[in-house]
Amino acid sequence: MSSIISIKNLRKAYPGGFEALKGVNLEIEQGEILALLGPNGAGKTTLISTVCGITVPTDGSITVGGFDTIKDYRATRDLIGLVPQEINLEPFETVFSSVSFSRGLFGKPRDDAYINRILDQLSLGDKQDSKIMALSGGMKRRVLIAKALSHEPRVLFLDEPTAGVDVELRKDMWDIVAGLKADGVTIILTTHYIEEAEAIADRVGVINGGEILLVQDKSELMAQMGQKQLQIAISDPVDEIPDALSAYALERSEDGLSLTYTYDTTGERTGITTLLNDLAAAGLVMTDLQTKQSSLEDIFVGLVKETT
Amino acid sequence: MNIYAVQTIYRTEMKRFFRTITQSLISPVLSTSLYFIVFGAAIGSRIDEVEGVSYGAFIVPGLIMLSVMTQATSNASFGIYFPKFIGTIYELLSAPVNFLEIVLGYVGAAATKAMFIGVIILITAFFFVDLNIAHPIAMVAFLVMTCLSFSLLGFIIGIWAGNFEQLQLIPLLVITPLVFLGGSFYSISMLPGIWQTIAMFNPVVYLISGFRWAFFGTADVSIGISLAAIALFTGACMAAIWWIFRTGWRIRQ
Repeated sequence: MSSIISIKNLRKAYPGGFEALKGVNLEIEQGEILALLGPNGAGKTTLISTVCGITVPTDGSITVGGFDTIKDYRATRDLIGLVPQEINLEPFETVFSSVSFSRGLFGKPRDDAYINRILDQLSLGDKQDSKIMALSGGMKRRVLIAKALSHEPRVLFLDEPTAGVDVELRKDMWDIVAGLKADGVTIILTTHYIEEAEAIADRVGVINGGEILLVQDKSELMAQMGQKQLQIAISDPVDEIPDALSAYALERSEDGLSLTYTYDTTGERTGITTLLNDLAAAGLVMTDLQTKQSSLEDIFVGLVKETT
Repeated sequence: MNIYAVQTIYRTEMKRFFRTITQSLISPVLSTSLYFIVFGAAIGSRIDEVEGVSYGAFIVPGLIMLSVMTQATSNASFGIYFPKFIGTIYELLSAPVNFLEIVLGYVGAAATKAMFIGVIILITAFFFVDLNIAHPIAMVAFLVMTCLSFSLLGFIIGIWAGNFEQLQLIPLLVITPLVFLGGSFYSISMLPGIWQTIAMFNPVVYLISGFRWAFFGTADVSIGISLAAIALFTGACMAAIWWIFRTGWRIRQ
């Protein structure tokens, strides 16, 4: 895999002295979906704005498709589509002319067939002559995506695409993103919904306080940091854990009817077989078993806590 | 050169103009007609001639200038302020366009609109007074230069303005008084001594004077000075815009 975006030691300090980005290094691979997770004010939007050319970096360099974002800004911006966080649209324009405007602005000749295709893909086909002010919030978000796609970008930035969006539309968004990935578009989305990253990303980056804390393959990250828990329900309550089972560091529930065993899924042996054997040997009768995997959320909360 | 971007901005801005055609065209035509009725017919009938020209005709260049200057400024300032206000400016900043292309699109459209209005007022004027234009080419050149320079000024105001109040501030408090006091309705030579000297500090005097010269061949100041003044003003606005985009002042942090 080759990098389509390469960010090196990127710093951004605002005139007031606030440092929004403190030396960010990030390689984004061609064709991947990267989710940038971070709490509000972590620097997600500043990072995106700087790559897109809306914000000027204080220090460091960014290349997109091998071009420098400052020296060769035309080449880099040509490759990028941006869906902003806020719904910024001219209310009096029609959907079609708004999307067509974006295409022209990015230096592409008028192509009504292409615009119609995008609108259809985003289920906006029957709204193309509607004024933007007449659309619902979800439809406006789709218009923003259509605008960002109007010039056939190879990289798409989605800044919190599902903030304030209902569950159904969120699922639709995910489908749209999956479709774009299938077309070979590299997608970078920011979110503070962990489930979103978990559902659609290939890799996850965690950003906080203007620094990238980690970037990792999603499944690797979850496997590496994810611990699993096995909950064992027993028929008769125990007052304390038998000595024979002390090696397993079991946790006993309040009522003594449940034991919890925490294990590492990446370890060579999880120790489940011997535990179950030892439980039986200790005379405990098991009525139910249940496993639980820690989510990205737990990992994320853990990481952010560590840094603050 | 991203020619598609220039065309796109220009067309979108012109579309806005035609979408609000009533407001865009009828109101300047109506207000100009009122000026002709009040100053030209009612009051003007008591004034014989100014510098050998009937008063009704004498005010035509000033009236055109008054509308063109205020319309160019307000159209251009609104054109660039509106995307800032509603947030769509992000698209302009992330697009592969340079400052020249942005200015060409927005200022070009604003200047065209002002030009339209200027021409419409001129046509309206023919219905009220007898007009002979002494130097038509110079008249058109002055009109184009004025539309352009005041659109540039409007663009700067639009970038500078942080709210709608500031957007109206300069057109209302600076441009309108300067145009009224710049000899739109009278000749500077009609002013008492000291005021003539003070009037010379008003840049608009040179523009109106030059424009009037193109109509009637007479002027308060020589045509060379008028041309120099408008060239200087256009140059100053261009320099300011170049600086704005170089530094990202008020638009790109």
